[in-house]
Amino acid sequence: MTATAIRTHRDAAQIGRTETGPRPLPPLGSARAAAELELVERTLPSGLRVIAVARRTVPTVELRLRIPFAGEEDTRAARAEMLASTLLSGTARRDRVAIDDELAAIGGELGAGVDPERLLISGSGLAAGLPTLLDVLADLLVAAGYPDAEFGRERERLVERIAVARSQPRTVAREALQRRRYGNHPVTRELPDASDVTAVTSGDVRQLHATAVLPAGSTLVLVGDVDPERAITLVGEALGGWSPPGTASELPPLPALTGRDLLLVHRPGAVQSQLRLSAGAVGRTDPRYPALQLANLVLGGYFSSRLVENLREDKGYTYSAYSLMEFSPSGAALLVETDVTTDVTAAAVLETRYELARLSAVPPTAAELDSARNYAIGSLLISLDSQPGLASMLSALAGVGLNEAWLRGHPARLAAVTPEQVADAAAEFFTPTAFTGVVVGDADVVGSRLRALGGIELP
Amino acid sequence: MSVIPARASSATAPSTTDLPALHRLTLPNGLRVLLAPDPSTPVVAVSVHVDVGFRSEPEGRTGFAHLFEHLMFQGSESLEKLAHFRHVQGSGGVFNGSTHPDYTDYFEVLPSAALERALFLEADRLRAPMLTEENLRNQVDVVKEEIRLNVLSRPYGGFPWILLPPVLYDTFPNAHNGYGDFSELEQAGLDDAAAFFDAYYAPGNAVLTVAGDLDIEATTRLVEKHFGDIPARATPARPSFAEPIPTVERSRTVPDAHAPMPALALGYRLPDPSRDLDGYLAHTLLGSVLTDGEAARLQQRLVYGDGIVTDVSAGCGLFGSPLDARDPDTFTVTAVHPAGVEAAQVIRAVDEELDRLAGVGPDGAELSRIAARWASSLYHEHDRVMSRTLALGSRELLYGRAELAVELPRRLAEITPAQVARAAATLRDQGRAVLVVEPGTGEDPNPDANEEQQ
Repeated sequence: MTATAIRTHRDAAQIGRTETGPRPLPPLGSARAAAELELVERTLPSGLRVIAVARRTVPTVELRLRIPFAGEEDTRAARAEMLASTLLSGTARRDRVAIDDELAAIGGELGAGVDPERLLISGSGLAAGLPTLLDVLADLLVAAGYPDAEFGRERERLVERIAVARSQPRTVAREALQRRRYGNHPVTRELPDASDVTAVTSGDVRQLHATAVLPAGSTLVLVGDVDPERAITLVGEALGGWSPPGTASELPPLPALTGRDLLLVHRPGAVQSQLRLSAGAVGRTDPRYPALQLANLVLGGYFSSRLVENLREDKGYTYSAYSLMEFSPSGAALLVETDVTTDVTAAAVLETRYELARLSAVPPTAAELDSARNYAIGSLLISLDSQPGLASMLSALAGVGLNEAWLRGHPARLAAVTPEQVADAAAEFFTPTAFTGVVVGDADVVGSRLRALGGIELP
Repeated sequence: MSVIPARASSATAPSTTDLPALHRLTLPNGLRVLLAPDPSTPVVAVSVHVDVGFRSEPEGRTGFAHLFEHLMFQGSESLEKLAHFRHVQGSGGVFNGSTHPDYTDYFEVLPSAALERALFLEADRLRAPMLTEENLRNQVDVVKEEIRLNVLSRPYGGFPWILLPPVLYDTFPNAHNGYGDFSELEQAGLDDAAAFFDAYYAPGNAVLTVAGDLDIEATTRLVEKHFGDIPARATPARPSFAEPIPTVERSRTVPDAHAPMPALALGYRLPDPSRDLDGYLAHTLLGSVLTDGEAARLQQRLVYGDGIVTDVSAGCGLFGSPLDARDPDTFTVTAVHPAGVEAAQVIRAVDEELDRLAGVGPDGAELSRIAARWASSLYHEHDRVMSRTLALGSRELLYGRAELAVELPRRLAEITPAQVARAAATLRDQGRAVLVVEPGTGEDPNPDANEEQQ
């Protein structure tokens, strides 16, 4: 472009100005509460707790069966993953393809996932097909066969998928964090070792199914275009034959977290470093929980938080930084996570610790608190406004012994939290010295600056 | 590519049942407005779809459309930096934005008490965004971190959406990396942003969608109040991105230092959905016949029968969802397989299954089952106000027919086995792209060189 060329567009300053000038933010209108849930809950003779909710927005139904599934043995994760991977591979009545065809005919899906705490069977389908969905589910629970013909191939695939998972930086960081936080507790066994998987036989999995896939202690949630009473009747009819003795196994209490240096884990050639910090917290039934929830939001629980505004929007160190709460049947933990470019690793650790210290020393302002409170109440309303969202929330609450009464009461609890309570929670839970954790990165590049920063255990 | 990382959410979307009528209006400045009231929900969603995506960014400025999306969150005449985030979330809402090949969307879902506030926030940045050098440099850093996270530091980063297009396409709009080269992102200047905004962010080049708990008349008044005085500007002529369909196979092999196993992607051209929607939808079902569910053809053969593939997937679009771009669009088949298996073995099996389907077509019952699963999944999408809003807005912008989002379950159910057979034959009759990803050789990768290459 020459000096005489005429620019055809406005410049940035012209674009950002109008004759009217800045305008005031409109006020909020009147809030509308969510409709009362049309919900029925019943416990079947087998001990299975069933929760059915009508949500007739679309002609589908969502299913969650949560089975506590903890185990002590080192090889437990391998057998549990193989069970989840092959649960749908055949029963006495249906082979793998027949199961899938029958589900597909009602627009349905069923899938199983496992972690150290629970086996979760999730599904959905057209509401008119609920009897079929339940019939297939019952067949799997009572008569999953784990046929040898399918087993070997699924075992190979699981080994291959474990290799892919372990090549992900976030998996490396998660495993390092779990070991740092919880040592050898069963909760750390999120992903099995390939060698353990190779040794699992279909007989092992059949035995695990017989002893651990149990109705007592488990919860089935149905949400959708259904009549709740009728849905529970259908469940009772379909799953009546699933009534082995015993109670599903809850995760043993986690060790209390204590503050510790961050462990630097070497990942050669890494272009980013993963920061993972964690401290103890309290669960949803604790009277301090609503204040803790709001303090956590202010720190990094949503985008408009101190961590994001500092690490991302001010420094440009990261695409995302956040803090969240993890729940287990025995309690809760705070978790602060960010992935940053290698060059700024030590600086990002410094800023993260600074924000933890600042939160405990400088309480959230009234504006920060109002924002966090509105977000907590509004985002809960939004997250429950779909069949899967509502089903997943009710299932997760069941896992920690809570029900829809807790959900219904929570907006009022959040509304009642005082600034003093938030300041107390911030001081109690966010002290930097209460945190432990890991930094995963290229130690050859980031090690010396982290050493200078202190509070880091080098590899 | 989103301004913030998407939180995990179950894949879900629309139906014809009980769908309230769509209301349309066009403001004098050209802004198209779509209102979709739903009395059953206490929340409301607002989205703005702008008719520019990364296919329209200028040569030498790869990644600019996405970078610009980030800049639109950095403040506007009435809103300082960070105010947009704070006002949405402080009103109890959630937000995001994302950049696609042919459009960029901005959206929030909030308790309905915040509807006017959301309209105000979207109008303010469509009227007068605050573009500053400081924010530009900050967001270049943030975008580079996004790319490091999603592409450079993980296995199969950018597979296949960044890696496959340059094999299948010849022209810059279709072939280039929409995330952008680091060097070009760094060269992006404030005047590029001003030119881009003035050229593409005219009100007549956008669709505003509001769905959920709303009153038609009151919302119409609010839309006029907040968007009405944005001056009309010329809207850009939409270029054709058409390219001839390749007649021969084009191959490329790329290394991936993080990948534990080889992967391959096949890319084919799709029918233009605005001219041959049924042909396009037949390809959508073909993808499902091949790989969706345990009974799918390639799943059966490659994963279980021959046991040579770990995971396989096929379908329309480079981002996993159909009807998200104008012509030309891409049908992809991707597979991850153990190192002992030759890519050619996998490709031969795909060809044989396509030939079989081209010859006798899928079974009628097989196709009905697949259509039922699609219906169920589209109903789920419709159940969430946010995904419903985005489906309506994007189809209105791309094809002028928001109703498409609602009609899809029925349209898919009407596709016949013969149409799917024709889709399979079409794929076999054209040239295609073959991308092979080879795992790292164990050499220590030079991260800087790797960045330059991306």
